[in-house]
Amino acid sequence: MRGAPRLRRGGPNVGGLGAISGPHVIDVVDGAVGAARAVQQALGDAGTVVATVICGDNYAAEHADRAAAELVAVVAAARPDLVIAGPAFLAGRYGVACGALCAAVQAQLKIPAVTGMHAENPGVELYRRQVYVVPTGSEATRMLDEVKRLVALGLKLARGEAIGAPAAEGYFARGVTRNVVVEAAAADRAVAMLLDKLAGRPVASEVPRPAFPRVPAPRLIKTLEGATIALVTDGGLVPRGNPDGIEALNATRYGAYSIEGKTGLDAAQYDNPHRGYDTTWVKQDPNRLVPVDVARELEQSGAIGKLHETVYSTVGVATTLAHSARMGQEIAEKLRAAGVDAVILTST
Amino acid sequence: MTPVAVMVGANRIVQAAGIIHPLGSADLSPADEKTLRRRIVEQALQALRTEVVKPTVFTRE
Repeated sequence: MRGAPRLRRGGPNVGGLGAISGPHVIDVVDGAVGAARAVQQALGDAGTVVATVICGDNYAAEHADRAAAELVAVVAAARPDLVIAGPAFLAGRYGVACGALCAAVQAQLKIPAVTGMHAENPGVELYRRQVYVVPTGSEATRMLDEVKRLVALGLKLARGEAIGAPAAEGYFARGVTRNVVVEAAAADRAVAMLLDKLAGRPVASEVPRPAFPRVPAPRLIKTLEGATIALVTDGGLVPRGNPDGIEALNATRYGAYSIEGKTGLDAAQYDNPHRGYDTTWVKQDPNRLVPVDVARELEQSGAIGKLHETVYSTVGVATTLAHSARMGQEIAEKLRAAGVDAVILTST
Repeated sequence: MTPVAVMVGANRIVQAAGIIHPLGSADLSPADEKTLRRRIVEQALQALRTEVVKPTVFTRE
């Protein structure tokens, strides 16, 4: 087996995260040099490091497209069976460069690639779905041990062997769901898990929970009398005919609906495709979902400065976290651009 | 549904009148229903002016 060219941080005599400028930003050296010697050591008789590729990580970060193309060309010329990049540990630009190289090599050259980095390296989130990323420490203190894990996984890939679950093989979950046959029924597994939990033994959920990022709460600096307030809902308010085609569940779309000149929402003009609750009562009176009537009165009495004339609406049932975050971000940008100071989001 | 709102990290959560009609109630007279709606919206406005450092539920006064 022809072994592994590696992407390595810095030049042969450059330490740290320093940039390499000038024309020789990408270098190729025959065989294993520098940290690539650990790869050769880990390979033993199983393979030979045919070349080491050296690239400045500033160059890779600042000229990502060009660097990836150049690196792919260099790897193609070396004709390896496997590419090992890193490990990048907690070095962010290096981790991103390793992920980008592995992804490009796999996609364009069909050569398996493995990299390694610390869980908090931004390269993990960016590339773990496309590339096998092996968890490492934050610094190169246990280099050989960690390189051995990269090489072991890499050899399996190069030999076309089946790759097991992330926890068993030692790589960051790629978001791939695979059916497996389990001997014990769900009830048995649940009881066993509960007993483990009661006994204080380690318990691993079979269903990973999504992580909800904490968002700091902004403070409304203006007084209410001077503030523009917008109404937003995930309860499914749409005009008759649902012109934006907002899905009844698992929504990917939202609508922007004008309430200009309205002193309330007239049931005859609205509908509700939401399949997550019984919409009978909010169809009878849409103000029960989006309180335009009351908000307009508060505007007229001067309790609030202004009611924003656009209501944003989507359907919040079985909506993925990714789509929710995207729609929320888009709506927030539009509200900010329109000078809105605060939002009341009504939810069912 | 306020526990869900807390879990996902919404910062200012006002307890409303129920899933099927958060800002109303079919059991009340139209006048009383509007009073209820107004109370919830006013509480939401006060919540906006209240400083919070973590998901906070504003319960019925």
